[in-house]
Amino acid sequence: MRRDAIVIKRQDNVATAIRDIPAGKKAEVGVGEQSVSVTVGKDISFGHKLSLHHIRNGEEIIKYGTVIGRATQDIQPGEHVHVHNVESTRGRGDLA
Amino acid sequence: MKFLGYHRPDGRVGTRNYVGVLSTVVCANEVARAIAGQVKGAVAFSHQQGCCQTPPDLERVTQALSGLGRNPNLAAVLLVSLGCEGTDVAQVAKSISDCGKPVQIVAIQEEGGAAKTTAKGVLVAQQMAVAASRIPRVECPSSELVLGLKCGSSDTTSGLAANPALGVAVERLVEEGGSAILGEVTEVIGAEHLLARQCKDENVARDLLSLVERMEQRVKAMGVDMRGGQPTPGNIKGGLTTIEEKSLGAIAKIGGTVIQAVYEYGHRPEVKGLVFMDSPGREPELLTGMAAAGANLIVFTTGRGAPQGFPFVPVIKVTGNEVTWKKMQDHMDLSVHGVMDGEESLTQAGQRVYESIIETASGVETKAEVSGYVQAMDIYVTGPVI
Repeated sequence: MRRDAIVIKRQDNVATAIRDIPAGKKAEVGVGEQSVSVTVGKDISFGHKLSLHHIRNGEEIIKYGTVIGRATQDIQPGEHVHVHNVESTRGRGDLA
Repeated sequence: MKFLGYHRPDGRVGTRNYVGVLSTVVCANEVARAIAGQVKGAVAFSHQQGCCQTPPDLERVTQALSGLGRNPNLAAVLLVSLGCEGTDVAQVAKSISDCGKPVQIVAIQEEGGAAKTTAKGVLVAQQMAVAASRIPRVECPSSELVLGLKCGSSDTTSGLAANPALGVAVERLVEEGGSAILGEVTEVIGAEHLLARQCKDENVARDLLSLVERMEQRVKAMGVDMRGGQPTPGNIKGGLTTIEEKSLGAIAKIGGTVIQAVYEYGHRPEVKGLVFMDSPGREPELLTGMAAAGANLIVFTTGRGAPQGFPFVPVIKVTGNEVTWKKMQDHMDLSVHGVMDGEESLTQAGQRVYESIIETASGVETKAEVSGYVQAMDIYVTGPVI
């Protein structure tokens, strides 16, 4: 099946959309050779991230197997993960 | 895996077998090019340095030329000197000779002009080329590969497909005992604390952080803050949330590989495995630094389509952008756009990158080589010209 989003490293808790994913769609997310399904909350644009699990406020956001920031609120599986619910530990791009 | 390479007297292995005609100063470039142009199997290295510079920069030029001459892709070296330059030509020749490689010098002021120097140089280079042609390709383990890593003209596909796929290939190569060199200090800014965690120990991490700090200070001295406003509004619109995420997209080229040591620009690593080298991101200086450090192959990922190659180290171009792959066929060697389509996994794409490395190392030519797009070269200096 054609994937809608990909996970770079297995330990990541976010996937990146490789096409625009409409709200409510059960997105196919590639994790290595396998794929998992995640229902997305709102529209997610190409290049943007979605959550794979429930991420608690303050929890680290993992992409490339590494911390790319910290959640500033609880994030539901399939939710858009971006500057509105994540902050850098080193200054946020839209606030810097 | 094995590849077919050329054994050198110092135990290193080349993926190409050229006679290198190295200009030792900007003023000798014309003659170096004229000589190489008349000898099959010879390539010229020209640059803009070697005179009227501060002593640290002249030392760096001497060091870089020595490294280039010692690069295992060269079977023999002809140095083309003007005669009054700041480069320590005798030191360059000694360094190359010490690794057991034939080396000779021709000097324009000594010979009496460009025409005579070219004539003499051509005869020397012809003899070197005949001798080089006797060296056969033989089976060598992949642990003899020293891979230079580079990304340029990047786009969203770089961080998602091409760089992580290269990361998979680097992980495999290093597991097999091979080496890789990561440079581009400017790309690391924002994720240096994360990259530091990928270093072998605290000392290596400290060296890495001090390189980043030094680069930032150099840029700050020009009144520019590289960290401010990152990621840019355009990056954020594209989906990049933090500066860490942006930098990690570039660093994904190394996958999870541990950084064993940190080196100054153009210095040959003394250890196997992955190392980090001081260098800017700009192609001529980066590719030259990799070659001077002993890289016998370079993998260059690109989104929009970067055409640059280097005279004697093959540069494999990998893109994750299908449009670029189709539009830039005379420059792109490999596409991993299947990752972006969701049709290929990163693991599969990484294996194809690895196979391309082995194939190119064994003699398959890159697009940059067949098209002659191989002139991205210069030595990175940090001081003023005087």
